Amino acid sequence: MLTLRQMRLAWLLVLPTLLVVAFVAGYPLAQVFYYSFHRADISFVEPTEFVGFKNYLFLLQDPDFRGALWNTLRFTVVSVFLETVLGLAIALVIHSNFKGRGIVRAAILIPWAIPTVVSAKMWQWMLNDIYGVINVILVNTGLVANKIAFLANPNTVLWAMVAVDVWKTTPFMALLLLAGLQLIPSDIYEAADIDGASRWQQFWTLTLPLLTPALVVALIFRTLDALRVFDVIFVMVGVNTATRSLAIYNRQTLIDFQDLGYGSAISVAILVIIFIFVVLYMRVAGRGVRGED
Amino acid sequence: MSYYAGRALFYLLVVFIVVYSVFPFYWAVISSFKTSDALFSSNPSFLPTPFTLTHYQNVFSGAEFGRNLLNSLIVAGGATLICLVLGVMAAYALGRLRFPPKNAVLYIVLAMTMFPQVSVLSGMFVLLRETNLFNTHAGLILSYLLFTLPFTVWVLTGYFRGLPRELEEAAYVDGATPIQTLLKVMLPLTGPGLVTTGLLAFIAAWNEYLFALTFTIGNNVRTVPVAIASFGGATPFEIPWGSIMAASVVVTVPLVILVLIFQQRIVAGLTAGAVKG
Repeated sequence: MLTLRQMRLAWLLVLPTLLVVAFVAGYPLAQVFYYSFHRADISFVEPTEFVGFKNYLFLLQDPDFRGALWNTLRFTVVSVFLETVLGLAIALVIHSNFKGRGIVRAAILIPWAIPTVVSAKMWQWMLNDIYGVINVILVNTGLVANKIAFLANPNTVLWAMVAVDVWKTTPFMALLLLAGLQLIPSDIYEAADIDGASRWQQFWTLTLPLLTPALVVALIFRTLDALRVFDVIFVMVGVNTATRSLAIYNRQTLIDFQDLGYGSAISVAILVIIFIFVVLYMRVAGRGVRGED
Repeated sequence: MSYYAGRALFYLLVVFIVVYSVFPFYWAVISSFKTSDALFSSNPSFLPTPFTLTHYQNVFSGAEFGRNLLNSLIVAGGATLICLVLGVMAAYALGRLRFPPKNAVLYIVLAMTMFPQVSVLSGMFVLLRETNLFNTHAGLILSYLLFTLPFTVWVLTGYFRGLPRELEEAAYVDGATPIQTLLKVMLPLTGPGLVTTGLLAFIAAWNEYLFALTFTIGNNVRTVPVAIASFGGATPFEIPWGSIMAASVVVTVPLVILVLIFQQRIVAGLTAGAVKG
């Protein structure tokens, strides 16, 4: 009796959310798939025409797509790696007991709280080639002889983007890893102390293996985020071949070139790439968990 | 001796972490208070001297930035409110009631958090045009549900699941219906969870850029991030850095204060949402 009533109620409660999901995710996604097989312009001046796999075939030969993919992959790998190392270091520091720990924890939340567009503008100003504080510090400390145009030089601009992204997102990584550290029981370290293991040995043989589940979750989150990078790069340098990410190229195709068909094909490609990363991580994570049993 | 050396090194590291995290924001704040002469100096001061409020006056002198702030409040507030109402309903069912496709629903919601905004950009564009919601507050609010709703449902489900069973049973014994139980017993207990998820959803919507950039034209609906990104001077060579920094400080300071007040809860909410994912 109750269960039947409960079931009806449950459906009633979940239904609005499912409707919204179908409306704002299902329907647009279906549109993206539909148009990826068509020639269409986004203002719908030209009639839409079915072209089969033509958009996808073009995508495979498109040097701009390849360039965007290469930028995105380099950006993702380097920024996620740096974030993980820095995030782990910060997490270890805040995990230990010291005076003023609360203040440090509050301080590292600030980059996370700042809107990406704002942090992009802040760094654009700090990296300014003439008046930027970073150039002033570099020149005054004698680290470089002449001021560097970080954002104008194709060799430095992508790494400047990485630096900003690392600054903005390391706190999130540090918090996730801190949560993981707090789950590790402290008595195993006491046992290791008695056995005479050094701090360094303890880190490699205890902390790191026990932290792996949290590390994998954090890596998945950050990798997926980095693969869809848009705001930082778009606000700081716009559409520029040296930094154009997949998301930026996708929007450029859709909005600037008005090409709904090809833009949708790029969207599908991004989805596939993200899906590949998810599956890869799940496999690695699955093996890691089984290995521990 | 080596103990003190180690301690000193450790505190040096701590200082470095704090400076690294806070300095860019500090620099934005002091830049917003500097005169233009002091801003464009080859040897800038690390203190806001001479001090001026000109840039703040410039930012608020036109009606535009105030309008942008109001738009952001409407859009982020609207999206937060709707996703909290829908999220509470769905999360109560998912966390507390038994019904067959429960896990399927949870996976659908989780899958939604995985796919990137840009990959539904064209589809959302089509949707908003077909529903005549392009360049409206409602259209932005609707599109923001794409990322605020799944997160809210996911985190609140965790909160509901964590509540003790006995309270609910006691309510049933007293003859309360499930809806009464949700509203009078469970909902008050999730208060802290609601505040946290609401705040996180609000921050995400307040900061959103891609949809706001693509689905609005002109200043009537334009939100603050889009306005700040497109702040220009009279020519491309005269970027008004002082005003940009002042506007940036205006939209960021409230967020930073909120985050610092709700620090503990936000950390818990973030890690709960993420670790369960």
